[in-house]
Amino acid sequence: MTAAAMPAPSFLTSVAWVAPGLLDWPAARTVLRGESVWTAAELPTFQPERLPPNERRRASATVRMAFRVADEALRDAGVAADELATVFASADGDLAIAARICTALAQPPRQVSPTDFHNSVHNAPAGYWSIAVGATGPSTAVAAGDGSFAAGLLEAHLMAVAERRPTLLVAYDVPAPAPLQAKRPLRHAVGTALLLLPQDGPRTLASLRCAPLASTETVLDDAALEALRTDNPAARALPLLQRLACGHSDAIDLPLTPDLSLRVQLQCGSPP
Amino acid sequence: MTPLHIAAFTLTSALGHGREAHRAALHAERSGLRPAAFDLSQIECFIGEVERLDSPLPARLRAFDCRNHRLAWLALQQDGFLESVARLRARHGAGRIGVFIGSTTAGIHSAELAFRERVASDAALPDWFDYRHTQALGSAAEMVAAALELQGIALTVSTACSSSAKVFATASRALSAGLCDAAVVGGVDSLCLTTLHGFNALQLIGAEPCRPADAARRGISIGEAAAFAVLTRPQDDDGAPAGRLLGYGESSDAHHMSAPHPEGRGAAASMRAALRSAGLEVAAIDYINLHGTGTPANDAAEDRAVCAVFGSGTRCSSTKGWTGHTLGAAGAIEACLTLLCAADGYLPRSLNTRTLDPAFGAQVLLAAQRAPIRHALSNSFGFGGNNCTLLLGAA
Repeated sequence: MTAAAMPAPSFLTSVAWVAPGLLDWPAARTVLRGESVWTAAELPTFQPERLPPNERRRASATVRMAFRVADEALRDAGVAADELATVFASADGDLAIAARICTALAQPPRQVSPTDFHNSVHNAPAGYWSIAVGATGPSTAVAAGDGSFAAGLLEAHLMAVAERRPTLLVAYDVPAPAPLQAKRPLRHAVGTALLLLPQDGPRTLASLRCAPLASTETVLDDAALEALRTDNPAARALPLLQRLACGHSDAIDLPLTPDLSLRVQLQCGSPP
Repeated sequence: MTPLHIAAFTLTSALGHGREAHRAALHAERSGLRPAAFDLSQIECFIGEVERLDSPLPARLRAFDCRNHRLAWLALQQDGFLESVARLRARHGAGRIGVFIGSTTAGIHSAELAFRERVASDAALPDWFDYRHTQALGSAAEMVAAALELQGIALTVSTACSSSAKVFATASRALSAGLCDAAVVGGVDSLCLTTLHGFNALQLIGAEPCRPADAARRGISIGEAAAFAVLTRPQDDDGAPAGRLLGYGESSDAHHMSAPHPEGRGAAASMRAALRSAGLEVAAIDYINLHGTGTPANDAAEDRAVCAVFGSGTRCSSTKGWTGHTLGAAGAIEACLTLLCAADGYLPRSLNTRTLDPAFGAQVLLAAQRAPIRHALSNSFGFGGNNCTLLLGAA
């Protein structure tokens, strides 16, 4: 499908990223441009300052990851966090909580922690975020296995173009603890966030047009980065971010379902 | 929004399999809630259990086999739904029909059983446990797409108890942007120990069948259900539609993870957004299917919200006394129940509600009424303060 035949664009105005050894978008951008080499290093624990102290201490790994990239995306973005719609995308949600609950349920007295239970919902990071920033608009949480980033991008893009709402996409997945780790072997925690606006503006980094397409997914040339891309569903964003880092307008095919990609037509800078 | 046709719909719950079983139970005021135990759970409560989930999935879907996906498959086989989708597939192509499914726990019960089989705390999970095809939330939409032989966009929305209302909104956006030509939307959630024991830990489960809006309400009854609908653009629908999607509203409470805003702020915003989306006034709404879970806080907050938007002139009721709270399936099954009621001009009472809470101002029906339903709202509110309201039109 040509860009002209694709529906209206959304406008990407801010990007955030975190993975072990790639602690923010500027660091990732340098590596994606080939100006430095990625070395995985332990990820320091993020303190979500927007949460009250008692919740900050108890925040789960998924909440920390989501808040980390959401914070970075909104730093200097020139938008009010409480006015944004939000889309949170994760294939697996919080498997540490799921494992604790399933372990507790395996034996009498089968007592589930009430906090674990309300934190086990897939939209827990979305809920904590809306409370922390006072955002009363639409908020959603999606999952589509290894296509979860593309599914989240699709919904965020649609919120921007169909509802005309500035929308924050937050995509993350974190490794599971044993014994689920053996069934879902992610090595690295990864998070990324994109701020999509319905109209062009002075902060526009690129415009995006999206459409589903039966095609093979775009891969990365660098073997280490390609291994990271296939390790974590949130890292499936990397081919898009790599073109963005290089200022290279291109068509990128992100895996969405086993049969289908999401074709993203990336036009760097403001559209002509 | 541009109105959409609901070309087909089907539902399966403790009331039975398919539309006629639900219509009959609604008119007979027969609840599906029973004082049953699920699996090894010993919680004293009523549940809404679906019958005939014992058969494994057919060979082509076998990887997905688990209680949740069996329930989805059972529901998809009712009311000629498979045939409706086959006609759409022939018309638009398998790649142009999206699948948007709401679920809160997907096949987590399989994980519960797998953890129980471990002999020691450091033991591996059994080989038979297939995380990707059962517990993973994305499997809810992936399985429905596979079952219906569809190859378009497929994603799961998991926003707790608003999940399968929100899929109608997501699908509407995808249709309006031309990313698909038709959409299968729906919700499925099945009984599991996680939700039974989780809601019990929060002290939100009542020992008796749930009594929405009753002065003596004590909590929810958990049920399981699956419901599906086909959304099409009006110009693409040959026959008479089964109903219409005229609007939707989405909002966040931004208040608390597991308690509603006491004034129903987010719930009111959701209903107002649905009216705005449809371009309709308060007076055009003939019936509201409440979220109405039967907990003290939820029902009180929703009553405040309904009164703030509608005053006390709009008739409303909760159907959870029939089905129980079906969690991620609630949005879709209550949309389908509302369409059944609209087709019959039947406004159901709030089953099990004996004495209306004297603090309530909304017009909660304590007896069924016969009246035309041209436009109706269906409310779904979830943990995290996640709210969605659908505005449905009669066929």
